[in-house]
Order: sequence, then structure tokens, then C-alpha cells
Amino acid sequence: MSITYLEAIREAQAKLLRDDERVFIYGQDVGGNFGGAFKATKGLAKEFPGRVLNTPISEDAIVGTAIGAAIQGMRPIVEMQFADFSSIALNQILNHAGTHYWRTGVPVPITVRLPSGGTKGSGPFHSQSMESIYAHYPGLIVMTPATVEDAYTMLIEAVAIEDPVIYCEHKYLYYHLKADKLPDKSLPTGRARIAREGRDLTIVSYSAMMQESLAAADELAREGLEVEVVDLRTVKPLDTDTVLASVARTGRLLCVGESFPWGGATAEVIARVTSQGFHLLDASPQRLNAKDTPIPYHPNLWSAHRPNAKNIVAKARQLLRE
Amino acid sequence: MLQTAQRTVKSKKKKAAPPHGRFLEAFRWMLLTRTLEEKLVSLYRGGLITGGVYIGKGQEAVSVACGLFLQKGDIFAPLIRDQAGRSAFGEPLIDVTRTYLGSRLGPMRGRDGNIHRGHPRKNELAMISHLGAMISVTVGTLLAKRFKGEKNFVGLACIGEGGMQTGSFHEGMNIAAVEQVPLVVVATNNHYAYSTANDREFACHDLVDRAIGYGFEGYSLDGTDLGACLDVIGSAVKRARAGRPPQLVVASVLRLSGHGEHDDASYVTEEIKQQPFARDCLKVAEQTITNLNLVDAETLTEWRKDAVAQVEEAIAAAQKEPAPEADKEDWCAFSRRDLADHADET
Repeated sequence: MSITYLEAIREAQAKLLRDDERVFIYGQDVGGNFGGAFKATKGLAKEFPGRVLNTPISEDAIVGTAIGAAIQGMRPIVEMQFADFSSIALNQILNHAGTHYWRTGVPVPITVRLPSGGTKGSGPFHSQSMESIYAHYPGLIVMTPATVEDAYTMLIEAVAIEDPVIYCEHKYLYYHLKADKLPDKSLPTGRARIAREGRDLTIVSYSAMMQESLAAADELAREGLEVEVVDLRTVKPLDTDTVLASVARTGRLLCVGESFPWGGATAEVIARVTSQGFHLLDASPQRLNAKDTPIPYHPNLWSAHRPNAKNIVAKARQLLRE
Repeated sequence: MLQTAQRTVKSKKKKAAPPHGRFLEAFRWMLLTRTLEEKLVSLYRGGLITGGVYIGKGQEAVSVACGLFLQKGDIFAPLIRDQAGRSAFGEPLIDVTRTYLGSRLGPMRGRDGNIHRGHPRKNELAMISHLGAMISVTVGTLLAKRFKGEKNFVGLACIGEGGMQTGSFHEGMNIAAVEQVPLVVVATNNHYAYSTANDREFACHDLVDRAIGYGFEGYSLDGTDLGACLDVIGSAVKRARAGRPPQLVVASVLRLSGHGEHDDASYVTEEIKQQPFARDCLKVAEQTITNLNLVDAETLTEWRKDAVAQVEEAIAAAQKEPAPEADKEDWCAFSRRDLADHADET
């Protein structure tokens, strides 16, 4: 048996609907026979009648409705058709869900699934990675699963958490990643994972860039360079301890993310390592992000816009020469 | 809750029936609200309230009707000028004074102020400042009640004509109708969004015409007439509870204050102040009481005294309470404290 990242997301939702009557799925085209733009909810409306509901194209109201339902004890899962469109719901997510527990003492257990990141030909409005925006605001857990196993267990955990969770699932990984079976357990939320051990350089990454980083580590291994790859799993909370421990072993740090370069998760990792572990560094920490332009449509441009194994290797070599 | 028992009317004049069965009860909430808000204004002017004070002067009749017909299990989403409705819904005065005066014991514990307070667990939602946002949130609470198999509930969300122009409001109204939840939206056109008059807010003939476009049933209302407010809003609540489509009530009033107490409202024209909707609903209601001899002057005086006593008690209590202290504050925005992110630890 083999299961994809996308199937893991569907299976997690099926389990959640089966195990917890408070769970319902709310989003554009998620219901009926259609099962979502990417089929992450395929068959669920039929299996769980009345609990997988199509909505109007109203991202603000979709999240607002989920917030209200969560305050009343439900566990809504919102599917944004694309992460990019969650910009329309920013107000409800940041100002309403994110502030509610702090203001009132009543948490808002919503899970917002964001089909994130680039695929060939998707262009400026269907390719964005928004984890840094959500992580910047208080009150939101931001998950960025990079493996099939994490896609499954972290979604289940997201719904269990009383606080709002932004679950960034990467569209490029939907079909590219496969696992033999789904796990029963995982690391706790907020704990990073050493995806590959090494002693020469730490690459910190998450989501699809974690896979590119692993490919880069394979390439570098052929040259005898041992790269340690840290998968953040959640960008908020950020597991600074695991990152610092890795940098203590390697003395060198490269952070790789697919979101835009100004600020963001990679900048945050470097800020923490330099402020808390400056003495551990043998070279200036480096980072790779997407370019500071809108995301291009044409595959030739798109593949150069985001980091990939090739330019991660180049950056790593440069860092290892220092 | 009202604390003075209804006095026996001793007037020699013949008593008439009130315009609505709950007219006098509603009037007393309005009186309490006006008394409270006048006191809050004076505390603000005396420098005793930090932040802003936002009052509902001129809107009390509409607001009280919003809170009065809701029952246990119903959802109320008040907005900035809904003290009367909040009180009628059951919000204790001490919540108001604690929030305005920054008591650590208040519902917001000094973390949020003035009109943002709420009790989500008691079905009084805590508004955010971004207008229109509460409509869909109210829809969600009603959807949850339906999922849970509850019956006979309604939700009521307040908005102004300013908030009606937001995208969030539009999305919320549409999704309410799609979900066919038992929702009443009461929109009070007080003729100014801060300083902007209706002619720069919208260009439709009448805001209530939008009801049909959303799939709501729509009703217009003279918001200065308490009897009409009770009739129209009470009926809308009843219709929503009975399973009719969502209800939109558009009331017309003039905001008889600034946007907040920092605002002298010098932009309000003399011409608009002469309009019928510029009447003070509290004075109109009191005139009705006098004209119909619903209670005597002595009773009215008692009610005023009772309102003052309640307000003074709530203010005095809150003033004695501790303020929040930064070094004792729990600076964690998550209920799952183990998931707090520690950006600044060294």
C-alpha cells in the first residue's frame, strides 16, 4: 500500500469526522460529489451527510462562521481553496480568531487548511506561502507539514488543539510524496525533527523546501559533506532549542523557505540563532527564500523564483567554504 | 436587573394602555443606559477613563428592543452603541464599569476596553472593531446550535449604516441566507459614519431594499419611537424563531453624540437636527408615558433615582478594584500554554 500526502489529509479528515461529532468541514466546493479543488475531501460529503458543506465564495464569512461555531463548541475545519485567497479572510483570522482567547478567555478551536506554495503554471495568485504572515500575529499556531506522516498526524492534532491553527499543506507535495502507511503517533506539536543527521552544516527548513533541502543534502553527501536537515514542522511555535542544538553540532546555518524574503520564518530562525547562539556559529548564517517579486506563471521563471535543490547546494557550498 | 418594584399608580388621570406590553420595562432600561452613559462621559472628561467612550444616545430605543426579546440560549452580537440592548439582554452594569475603568476583575481584565466587552460563554459576543465581522460569526453560532440539535433559538446582530458598507457585512448577510439560520440583523442608520454623512456612504434609495437582494425579509423603523421599535424588532425576532428567513430591520435615528466622546460632532448640520428622526427617543418615550399617564411623575422620579443609585454603585465598586499589573500578567495568547512561542528568550 502507498498513500500520498493528499490522501493522508483526506484520511485525517475522515478519521476526525468519524471520531468527533463536533467536527465539520466548511469551504468552497468541498461538498457534493466534487470533494474540493484538489480532492482533499473527496467522498466525505457522502460518507458524512450534512457535515461537509459547500460555501459561497466568501472567505471572510467562511472563517467568521467557523469562529462562531467554534465559540459554540464545534470543531470546524475550513478549507481555503488556495492559501492565497485567505488574504480575504485575514481580518477574521488575525483580528478575531487570533485575539479571542486573549481578550475573552474563550478559545477558538478552528483549523484553517491552506493549500500553499507553488506548482508549475499557477502564477501570482495560486502559489503563495503565507505562513510568515500568520506566524507574525499572536494567537495562531502555524503548522507546515513536510511529510505524509506529519500531514496526517498534525491535522488530527490541529483539530484537537483549542486554539486556532493555520495548517499549511503544500500543493507540490500532494502527489509527489508517498508513504507506506499512516502513523499512529508523532512528535508533539511544536517540536522540530532532525530529518537527516550531519555534522558540517545545518539546513533548517519546512514544508516543500524540506524535501528540496533533503535532495540538496543527498547531492552534498556525494562530495563527502554531511548536512543536518532540521524540519521545523510548525513555524509557530518555533522549536528554537532543536535548531540551536543542531547548530551547536555543525557551526553553520542555512535556512530555506518558499515564502517571500522580507522578514518571515527564515529571518526569524536566523535572528534567534544569532541572538541566542552567536557563539555557536563558525560562519555568518545564510538563508534562501523566493525572490521578492510576485510568483511567475511560466515554468522557466517559476522554477528559478523559488529555492530548489540546485541553488540550496550552491548556497551550502558557499557557506561551507567560509 | 431592575431593582425598584413597579409602584402602584395613584394618579387621578385615567390610565391608558401602553403602546407595547413591555414599553415601561424597556423605558427603564433606556433610562438606566442614559444615566450610565452620562456618568461615563463625565468620568472620561475628568480623565478617569483611558481610551474612548462610545455612547448610544439617541439609539436606546432601537437597542433596548434588540436585547429585550432574546431568551436563554439566544445569541446577541451587540455593537458600539448598544448599552441598552446589552443591559436588557442581561449584562450586569458592573461589567461595563469594570471594563471602562480597567478593573482586573472585569470580563476583559484590562486586555480590551470599552465597548469590546462580551461574554461569549453567556452568548453575548465580544465585538471586534472591524465592522461587519460579527454577522458571519453570529451565523456560525447559530449553525453550531443547529448541529447540536438545539431548538427554538435565534441570534440578533447589530450594525449601523456605516458597517453595512463593508465587504464583511455583505458576505455575512449572504451566508446567513444561504444557511437559513434564525438571524435578525438590526441596522441603525444614525446618519453619520464618524463624520461622513449618508450621501457619501451609500447611493441606494433605501437600505432596507437590500433585504430582498440578500434573501432576507426587510422592515423599516422609526427608531425614535420606542413602541414601534418593540413592535417591529419583537416581531422580527418572533418570525426568525418561527423559521422565517433571516430578518433585516433598518431603523432611522440621529446619533445624538459624537462618534466617541473625543469628537464634538461639529459636522452635524443644523438642517439634519430638525429632521423627525433627530428626536431624542428617550424624551419621546417619556412624553408618551406622560401623555398616556402610564405612570405618575413620582414614579418616574423614583425610577431616575434608582438608575442613578445602580450606576453609582457599579462605578464605586469598579473603582475600588485592582488594575492589571504588567509583571503579573500572563503574556500568553494561547489557551495551550505549552504551545507558547518564546521569541525573546535568551
